Amino acid sequence: MSEISMSRPAVGEAGRTGEWRNSRPVVDPSKCLAVRQGKVTCQICWAYCPDGCIAQGVGPVIDLTYCKGCGICAEECPAKAIEMQPEATHGVCAIDEDEEVAR
Amino acid sequence: MSEQVSVMTGNEAAATAAKLARVQVIAAYPITPQSPVVEQLAAWVESGELPAEFVAVESEHSAMTVCIGASTVGARTFTATSANGLAYMTEQVWWAPGARLPIVMCIANRAMAAPWNVLNDQQDSMSVRDAGWVQLYCRTNQEILDTTVQAYRIAERLHLPVMVCYDGFLLSHTMMPVAVPTAEEIDSFLPPFTEPFTVVDVDDPRNIGPVVIADPRADETGVVRGGYMEIRAMHHRALLEALDVIVETDDEYAAAVGRAWGGLTWEYLLDDAEVVLVAAGSLGTQATVTVEALRAEGIKAGVLGIRAYRPFPVEALRDKLAGRKLALVFDKALSYGYEGPICSDLRGSLLGVEGAPAVFGAVCGLGGREVTPDHLADATRRAIADLEAGARTRETDWINLHLDGE
Repeated sequence: MSEISMSRPAVGEAGRTGEWRNSRPVVDPSKCLAVRQGKVTCQICWAYCPDGCIAQGVGPVIDLTYCKGCGICAEECPAKAIEMQPEATHGVCAIDEDEEVAR
Repeated sequence: MSEQVSVMTGNEAAATAAKLARVQVIAAYPITPQSPVVEQLAAWVESGELPAEFVAVESEHSAMTVCIGASTVGARTFTATSANGLAYMTEQVWWAPGARLPIVMCIANRAMAAPWNVLNDQQDSMSVRDAGWVQLYCRTNQEILDTTVQAYRIAERLHLPVMVCYDGFLLSHTMMPVAVPTAEEIDSFLPPFTEPFTVVDVDDPRNIGPVVIADPRADETGVVRGGYMEIRAMHHRALLEALDVIVETDDEYAAAVGRAWGGLTWEYLLDDAEVVLVAAGSLGTQATVTVEALRAEGIKAGVLGIRAYRPFPVEALRDKLAGRKLALVFDKALSYGYEGPICSDLRGSLLGVEGAPAVFGAVCGLGGREVTPDHLADATRRAIADLEAGARTRETDWINLHLDGE
């Protein structure tokens, strides 16, 4: 076992941080500039996400396994297309327990 | 070429040791009574006599941070500080051992403010005894030089930082003859450091010191990595291993240079001693004069000096003290609201040991208050009287204290 904390950069290296989330970003495609223009444009949510959980595209794809729910994307979206909704309104944080890594 | 003997201060001895160890990065901020250590090193770097980077920083916090960065990429690093500088550095003082970096830091021991005071006691280094560094205490300028060189060997074998502590002014500014080993002797004793735990490789990038979750967890390749407790347990195990490594290093140094300092502890007139004076640093040297005087009165007294305070040499102390009547611990520090740190550690380590002596504590020398061999002798006579009156424990005795103008 390694005597110090050290890792290689990789998806999920800091753990399943989506478990920390108490509110989630929900995208309204009808407001998203990229969706409305039908091309990869704007991408401000992708640029601002501090955890790299948002994929570029025509309409953002947010990886809820790792999204901590910080709300920066919603704050920065110029079209107000992202709303932070309490997790309680979505039931328990929807993470596939089969993906749980070895302990 | 053989060893040259020079007359030098404790600070110069520390600087000379760092030079002999071929340190590569030095970062420091001035504070009395440490400043002459790094002033000397800065002069050597400036003249080209010491091929190292000297990083002038704006605080002790940054001094340790620079050492952490340099040590992370495998450089041999050095810094020195005292008292409030050490306190200001505290956050990074904890980082260095947790990241298992073999940094060596000299502490010219000084009192903690308030009230402001630049003189000697050992409260500064005692206040970070729990941070996970090896802590060694020196009694002469020769021991400062030899121990600082040894510290690199200990640090690099165990991937642990080492604090070399010596009494401010009493040693830091006092001239003594010091034999300076040759570069060849030290080079054979202390080869270059080549095996840091951390890896810095642009073709194989790593996160160094990333956050760990409470529990062990598989990394991206499926290898289970320790959580906080596993990493700390291994750190603790390395510190306990230092109990052997400190002794081995002292032996190896003796083979290379011809001097040894007792490893974990040292002693004077201890063989038949019934009353043992226990102290760390130059106070122990004072106690050697005291026990000679006490023996002239028919009191079988001896000295047990603490060289390694962390890790605490439990077994060595049990071996040395079982069968004695009294261990009187002189601390130049206090855990306010309790007692001297060496005293409580020693009492705890002797608990339940057959034939263990009574352990009494005395506090002395705070903020540079004078401690003479006579003071120590008076305190010893008081302790013996208390013991003979039936006491097995008692309150801490304050030496040379003058409350209410007495």
